[in-house]
Amino acid sequence: MMVWLLIAIPLAGAAFLLLAGKAADSWGHLLGTAMPIASFVLGLAIFAQLLGMPGEERAIDVTVYEWISTGSWSIGFGLLADQLSILFVLLVTGVGSLIHIYSIGYMAHDERRRRFFAYLNLFVAAMLTLVLANNYLVLFLGWEGVGLASFLLIGFWAHKPSAAAAGNKAFIVNRVGDLGLSMAIFTMLAMFGSVNFADVNAGAEGLSPAWATLIGFFLLLGACGKSAQVPLQSWLLDAMEGPTPVSALIHAATMVTAGVYLVVRSNVIYEQTEIATTAVAIVGTVTLLAGAWIGSSKDDIKKVLAGSTMSQIGYMMLAAGLGPAGASFAIFHLLTHGFFKANMFLGAGSVMHGMNDDVDMRHYGALAKSMRITFLTFGMGYLAIIGFPFTSGFYSKDHIIEAAFHENTLIGVLAIIGAGITAYYMTRLMMMTFFGEKRWEKDVHPHESPAVMTVPLIVLAVLSVFAGMFMNGWIQGWLEPVTGQEAHETGILNFTPIGFLTLGVVALGVLVGWWLHRGDIPFDQPSTGNVLLLAGRNDLYGDAVNDYAVVRPAKGIASGLTWFDRSAVDGVVMGSATMAGGLGAWLRRGQNGYVRSYGLILGVGVIVLALVVILGQLG
Amino acid sequence: MINVLEIAAPTLEWGLLSPLLVILGGACLGVLIEAVAPREMRYVLQSALAALAVVVAFGLTTLNWIQATPQLAAVDLLALDGPTYVFWALLLISGLAAVALFAERALGGGQSAFASSAATVPGSPLEREADALHREHTEIFPLLLFSLFGMMIFASANDSLTVFVAVEIFSLPLYLLTGMARRRRLLSQEAALKYFLLGSLASAIMLYGISLLYGFAGGFKFAAIDQAITAGAGSMPLLLTGMLLTSVGLLFKIGAVPFHIWTPDVYMGAPSPVTAFMAVATKTAAVAALLRVFYVALGGLQWNWQLLFAVVAVATMLLGSTMALAQNDIKRLLAYSAIAHAGFILVGVVGAVAAGEGVNLPSVAAIAFYLFTYGIATFGAFSVITMLRRAGGEANSLEAWKGLGRSNPVIATLMTLFMLSFAGIPLTAGFVGKLAVFESAWVGGYGWLVLVAVVMSVIAAFFYLKVVVAMWFQDADEESVGTVETPSLWTWSVLVVSAVATLVLGLIPGGVLTLLTDAAQFIR
Repeated sequence: MMVWLLIAIPLAGAAFLLLAGKAADSWGHLLGTAMPIASFVLGLAIFAQLLGMPGEERAIDVTVYEWISTGSWSIGFGLLADQLSILFVLLVTGVGSLIHIYSIGYMAHDERRRRFFAYLNLFVAAMLTLVLANNYLVLFLGWEGVGLASFLLIGFWAHKPSAAAAGNKAFIVNRVGDLGLSMAIFTMLAMFGSVNFADVNAGAEGLSPAWATLIGFFLLLGACGKSAQVPLQSWLLDAMEGPTPVSALIHAATMVTAGVYLVVRSNVIYEQTEIATTAVAIVGTVTLLAGAWIGSSKDDIKKVLAGSTMSQIGYMMLAAGLGPAGASFAIFHLLTHGFFKANMFLGAGSVMHGMNDDVDMRHYGALAKSMRITFLTFGMGYLAIIGFPFTSGFYSKDHIIEAAFHENTLIGVLAIIGAGITAYYMTRLMMMTFFGEKRWEKDVHPHESPAVMTVPLIVLAVLSVFAGMFMNGWIQGWLEPVTGQEAHETGILNFTPIGFLTLGVVALGVLVGWWLHRGDIPFDQPSTGNVLLLAGRNDLYGDAVNDYAVVRPAKGIASGLTWFDRSAVDGVVMGSATMAGGLGAWLRRGQNGYVRSYGLILGVGVIVLALVVILGQLG
Repeated sequence: MINVLEIAAPTLEWGLLSPLLVILGGACLGVLIEAVAPREMRYVLQSALAALAVVVAFGLTTLNWIQATPQLAAVDLLALDGPTYVFWALLLISGLAAVALFAERALGGGQSAFASSAATVPGSPLEREADALHREHTEIFPLLLFSLFGMMIFASANDSLTVFVAVEIFSLPLYLLTGMARRRRLLSQEAALKYFLLGSLASAIMLYGISLLYGFAGGFKFAAIDQAITAGAGSMPLLLTGMLLTSVGLLFKIGAVPFHIWTPDVYMGAPSPVTAFMAVATKTAAVAALLRVFYVALGGLQWNWQLLFAVVAVATMLLGSTMALAQNDIKRLLAYSAIAHAGFILVGVVGAVAAGEGVNLPSVAAIAFYLFTYGIATFGAFSVITMLRRAGGEANSLEAWKGLGRSNPVIATLMTLFMLSFAGIPLTAGFVGKLAVFESAWVGGYGWLVLVAVVMSVIAAFFYLKVVVAMWFQDADEESVGTVETPSLWTWSVLVVSAVATLVLGLIPGGVLTLLTDAAQFIR
């Protein structure tokens, strides 16, 4: 089967759209939309083929060509379509297709629409490379690729300084994460002589816990960067500067879940190390609470959803940190979250479309009547995310909470609290946006979006509600060869005491959310003395932490060195460049002086190195 | 009886030495042409001769590489083994690229990048007269060949005195070439003088180190030094001081901290084609010599110099990467980038993974590959730099690069490719190069150094991205915008070949890596 075509199709689309120039402006977006759809159809065919294979052999491993090979080193550009990656392929191309279609309407009036679709196609190609890779190096390639696409798309409206800054921030924070992944790759190369999943998994069995822990932490660092987990979470909220379909596709449904994919894919390594696995679970738990906290305090609808995304990915990370028992639940929640979060982001986009791109929920209210379809579809997403019985989120999130309880009571309790807060802030969002009084700006006339935008909403809403029911039970068995977990059946009506407890807490959250926001909502954000609220509004001071921990020391070093360069080096050069011809005497004097000081530096350098040699000799 | 001192004529391996002789012969012939050929024919003759000499030498090198067994030659002064052929090939490739850039005359209103008459005082009537007569220095071609000749000896020297002589042979022409820029001549002359003075200082220190090593080992031959170290006799302080001082000259040519101080001024002042040649060829030759001196002659001191180079590598990467962040002049930015790359190369040197059975990637092969990828990206980037111009010369300020993506997407794309390769982004050659040298250090047991290096490469990625962002995401500023001039076939071919090679080595590096791995064994 042509696995490589999955990637090649959107990649060709991106290349064509970028190179075609203005001639393709009028129809480029249609071509761009056709590409992920074609990949989706192909993905379905491959999925069907995998279904037809016996359980253990469900994997297509192809080497497209030898990328780097020398000696016994052989790193092929290899692709692997197995149980895990095919689910991602379907998610990325399926949801991706819907979002492409939606974007036709959303970006209709943007003069750079062709370029937008080119970047979206590029993203799809890179994301597919990431999930289809059969080794960590090709995965890294896709990893960098989605980072690039994300950077380009966040900064798509670069004429807004905030968008350009957000793009840069995402890039910088992600580089920190990439650092972790690349170190993991170097370690694997040194330990196993290979970065193939198969070889690494085989080698990991005999790996000493210390090395496994090291690799585990490196991978976790990578996952934190890409999936906006604490402490590398700060970029995701700013990333909402990008066009809303981008937020839906990249910063909710697919790219940000790559960290979860990475951890699940490396589950054999994590099995060898208790410490790193626990660290994953802790990071997940902290993030799920932090995200919920931020989501509860924001007035910007996209930022509420962004905080919620962080939080939900925290759930997935937590599940992935529970070992084989949780891995398939992580992927399950990842898929259902992909549906309902994309649904809600696109819904938010539809709302913004009708509200002159205002994102402040305090300026919304009573939109349920004027935007019927958006309201209903959003409502389905809402039910799914809070875990209303029989919706998608109900199944996937409950599994995680139960598994967490089995592992550790404290984490289980925190996970339930998280579910309660989720219910609270989502109810708050619903109340402020769709119910209550009109608080619209003067010249705003809300209207329903065109069909090209609402149809994807409807499809995603249906998936938000029903996908969980269909996948529940099946997905554990399907993923078993990858995650190494024995499938145990959980029926559709599988109510446990913990399940009831969760429902109770969620109901409480909904109730509080409704009670607090049933009355008037001030048009302007009231100032608050509430420390918790203040911290949430300021993204839990993530930027300040980054600033003090990383940015300032780095700037200090750079400015120190720059000062040295300016005063000692540039002084002469710049001086002589501005002094034209006649000032030879001045120049000669300055020049001699400075060459002398250069010589001095050289001499001091020798002495410093001599000290190094002496110290090395002593040591 | 009078005792006549008998001097036996040395036997020379003419066939094996032929690449060297062709380059030297070409240079001497070039001098002759200056003397006898009429002025209007010199440019054609000189450029063709230089290109021909380099191509022929490259062919002979390849031939010897395939046919000859590794052996010592020229009274054991030179070692003609795998690494020598590899580095000769790299040097000759950069030599050819340099000839092409030197010969470019279509830019800047039909003038070369070199002064019409370097002997005139800048701004004087004589200079204007020479300009008006369209004089040009065709001596640049023989100078280039002389320099190349010295570099090739440098890369193959098997004797510490030969190392010193080679340094002087290739440096003197470079000092001259540095001072011959057509534009901003004061800056250029100042750079040349600085380069000369500091270079002499470094050479002197190195010579002192060589003499100390002689005092320790009683010989100049690398094999003799190696034997003396293995024997364990002799004064350790003498040996260590000798090692340290010898390293100074080599690190100076590589441009490693704290001996980098000349690099920004000289790169900025020199004519861009010369800068490109220096950035690539000098570094290649010096790294080759460094590898041979330390792996072959001083291999017994590995534990001492690994630490030394690790410290130097960290300082070099740190200073190069962070300083480049603050630069606003593209040539100065690339100068600091060159310093940072020297640091990355030293990371590979520290690894010191010897070639042998079961070794995936010996350090020598990793470093040679890195130099190759760095070299092609550098030549590509400098080709672009020579093309982007404004009134009065090249537009080197980053301001001038703004909006290039819109006004000239082809050139902007090529420049982006080179920047991405510098930054080590996957699917470009630079990524594989970084992977190779980092792996060398990792296998050599220097994991912490790799960690530092990866962090530094993250920082380094920013300033390359700065150029990319300026080209694609910033709007052109009417006052400072530069225009892309169309060069002749010379520059175009450098540009296209560099771009293709950057992609090919990023996509299918296997063949070249294997080739380099097979040729990574030093002989003594």
